[in-house]
Amino acid sequence: MSIFGEVPQAAPVAVFKLTADFREDQNPRKVNLGVGAYRTDEGQPWVLPVVRKVEKMIADDHSLNHEYLPILGLPEFRSSSSKIALGEDSPAIKDNRVGAVQCLGGTGALKIGAEFLRRWYNGTDNTKTPIYVSAPTWENHNAVFSNAGFEDIRPYKYWDAGKRGLDLEGFLGDLESAPDHSIFVLHACAHNPTGTDPTQDQWKQIADVMKRKSLFAFFDSAYQGFASGNLDKDAWAVRYFVSQGFELFCAQSFSKNFGLYNERVGNLTVVAKDQDNLNRVLSQMEKIVRITWSNPPSQGARLVAITLNTPELFAEWKDNVKTMADRVLLMRAQLKEKLKALGTPGTWEHITEQIGMFSFTGLNSKQVEYLVKEKHIYLMASGRINMCGLTTKNIDYVAESIHEAVTTVQ
Amino acid sequence: MALLKSTKILNGVGAQAPVLAVLQLRASSWWTEVQMGPPDPILGVTEAFKRDTNPKKMNLGVGAYRDDQGKPFVLSCVRKAEAQIAAKKLDKEYLPIGGMAEFSKACAQLALGPDNEVLKSGRSITVQTISGTGSLRVGANFVSRFHNVSRDVYLPKPSWGNHTPIFRDAGMQLMAYSYYDPKTCGFDFKGALDDISKIPEKSVIVLHACAHNPTGVDPKPEQWKEMAALIKKRNLLVFFDMAYQGFASGDIDRDAWAVRYFIEQGHNVLLSQSFAKNMGLYGERVGGFTVVCKDAEEAKRVESQLKILIRPIYSNPPMNGARIASTILSTPELYKEWLVEVKGMADRIIKMREMLVSNLKKEGSTQNWQHVTDQIGMFCFTGLKPEQVERLIKEFSIYMTKDGRISVAGVTSANVGYLAHAIHAVTK
Repeated sequence: MSIFGEVPQAAPVAVFKLTADFREDQNPRKVNLGVGAYRTDEGQPWVLPVVRKVEKMIADDHSLNHEYLPILGLPEFRSSSSKIALGEDSPAIKDNRVGAVQCLGGTGALKIGAEFLRRWYNGTDNTKTPIYVSAPTWENHNAVFSNAGFEDIRPYKYWDAGKRGLDLEGFLGDLESAPDHSIFVLHACAHNPTGTDPTQDQWKQIADVMKRKSLFAFFDSAYQGFASGNLDKDAWAVRYFVSQGFELFCAQSFSKNFGLYNERVGNLTVVAKDQDNLNRVLSQMEKIVRITWSNPPSQGARLVAITLNTPELFAEWKDNVKTMADRVLLMRAQLKEKLKALGTPGTWEHITEQIGMFSFTGLNSKQVEYLVKEKHIYLMASGRINMCGLTTKNIDYVAESIHEAVTTVQ
Repeated sequence: MALLKSTKILNGVGAQAPVLAVLQLRASSWWTEVQMGPPDPILGVTEAFKRDTNPKKMNLGVGAYRDDQGKPFVLSCVRKAEAQIAAKKLDKEYLPIGGMAEFSKACAQLALGPDNEVLKSGRSITVQTISGTGSLRVGANFVSRFHNVSRDVYLPKPSWGNHTPIFRDAGMQLMAYSYYDPKTCGFDFKGALDDISKIPEKSVIVLHACAHNPTGVDPKPEQWKEMAALIKKRNLLVFFDMAYQGFASGDIDRDAWAVRYFIEQGHNVLLSQSFAKNMGLYGERVGGFTVVCKDAEEAKRVESQLKILIRPIYSNPPMNGARIASTILSTPELYKEWLVEVKGMADRIIKMREMLVSNLKKEGSTQNWQHVTDQIGMFCFTGLKPEQVERLIKEFSIYMTKDGRISVAGVTSANVGYLAHAIHAVTK
């Protein structure tokens, strides 16, 4: 008799299962448009040249050791990361009311933020405080917040499948009808999975309602720089909210924009009203970190900190980021062009209007199944494709296959 | 509460109606009611140490190994592994949720021994975790979610300070069994057996595999055997915390003996491992969590659930440290070198213990300091009382935690004399 006799087999995480299936597929034309990781035009992972450079610097520096980082992480990493999000000349930073916690990737930053909010946000028990996540959203958002103890996780309208764009009216409506003090998870840029971001004007409308109803802004920023190719442009929404006086959290990931996926480099930036409040918040976050992972891993943080704090390396990094963003933009342009040339039914403007790594193609689940099973093109059941999986060598095959799917499968 | 705070505002801002002040307060920040978290007691010691200007100051607080010059020690096998890895120019793609497969395999082999029947039959699952803390956290969450027959976790008294909040936050209830005998500064074997015999069936019992933290007091093999039999009789779920394999006696098999014995005796244990100390990979956060199951099929089910637990915490673990550890464990020359280096660290600790005792004798101390050399691992429960600890800090700038625990790793041949002198001064 085993104590674990009753433990059920859990369903695999969809996006990883997709990659596993892709790997097993022997078809020579197979294409992986699943997992959100950048690929070069050769379909290969890309370690940023600046990362290789800094890695070597770290390896050659024998004065460095492997001692524990402080619980909140590497100070130079935390401060320079927050500057990236909020801007070098951020008034909030000048006012000493910005702090940060180095975390294990964007997921870890969301986790620490969520755990803190459940304990301290609006009273000391926020298990019933509504958490709003976009419909659709990154599949792990739900689990992060529910595992942190939140019992009421709700969708807010976001994606309009009909017009393949932002359902602003629905979004604003859900903001209006949300109970005051609800927590909203906002995608800072390059919305995952739709690639559809509010315009600046739309963000202003969103911020207005949120301010009026005291809704909490928890930004998820996993693609800064990667979306438009410009760090400041991609951070506009977060900075706008700060300028409007919001206290907010911003979960930053350096997985994509630094290509440091497996080093787990993330930063939870905290903007508070003043330094005193900030310090108390950080002290409580420290306690949460201590019982979760004690202190964060040093390699990735060192890498990012050195890069951000060294002018030539910082410039080189921005250049590397632009390289990635530009390739994605090129693939978007070419895919749309080819679909149009093929005369594929429907409009395909959304391919170039959407931004970042992902595109919500609008393909339905049957069409997706056709692509996976018949054409060996792997994408999420939602119709989400990772643009990085497209290359100049496979884009024709993908365009033709999409054309086939749309015209033969209803 | 709000009224008290509004009084504060009134004092600062001048005449204002209390209600208005409260409204202003509420409008001012979300975090007004957030209390300042208490400072971490162990880190507090380091902070105070840093501020001290006494050139003879000693930091015997945090448990990180130091060489005989008092410096952090990066193992040579680690540097070699790092160079090897760098030359390969590997990519940085996400690891699976459960981590590097080669690492998990090597991690389990190190703990259980490569020929262990458990590994051969595939009836265990090991996932890579964020060092020991991350491992305990995943384990605590797993137990909380799936061990529905009991909410009770029994810790030895005393135990590592972070055990309690980890298990509590995971939703478990903390209880204790006798362990340390302050009269002898040794193992309270009888007390432990008495308490364990009363633990309700199916409770979780945490055992420190070796080099008990904070006391340095480990059961002897014959004592472990009796405990294993009793725990079996009580039908308890065993959760081993092994943070010092190799670091305690200098011998990795000897240090893992208790874990292996329990498994042999039929306990399907949970096991947390850390490579922070024995490979000096502290900041890289390398660890493993193992569940020994009934069979391979159960192990697969358990694995799937561990992934579900891990994903919403940090998605997947960091690669760097695991790759270093895995390289060392699976490259024969590096592995051999590691065994020598870990023994070197353990030997230095043992030597410092001996030197401390001999220096205390030289100072003329008539106290019984046998426990200093009987105890094992990084820490030593000196038996010093809080007032004595206070004096050591204030008069001698020797920093340790209030419970009298010293990190022997902070002792060097250059300062052991001073330490003995100071301890004698406050205990004579």
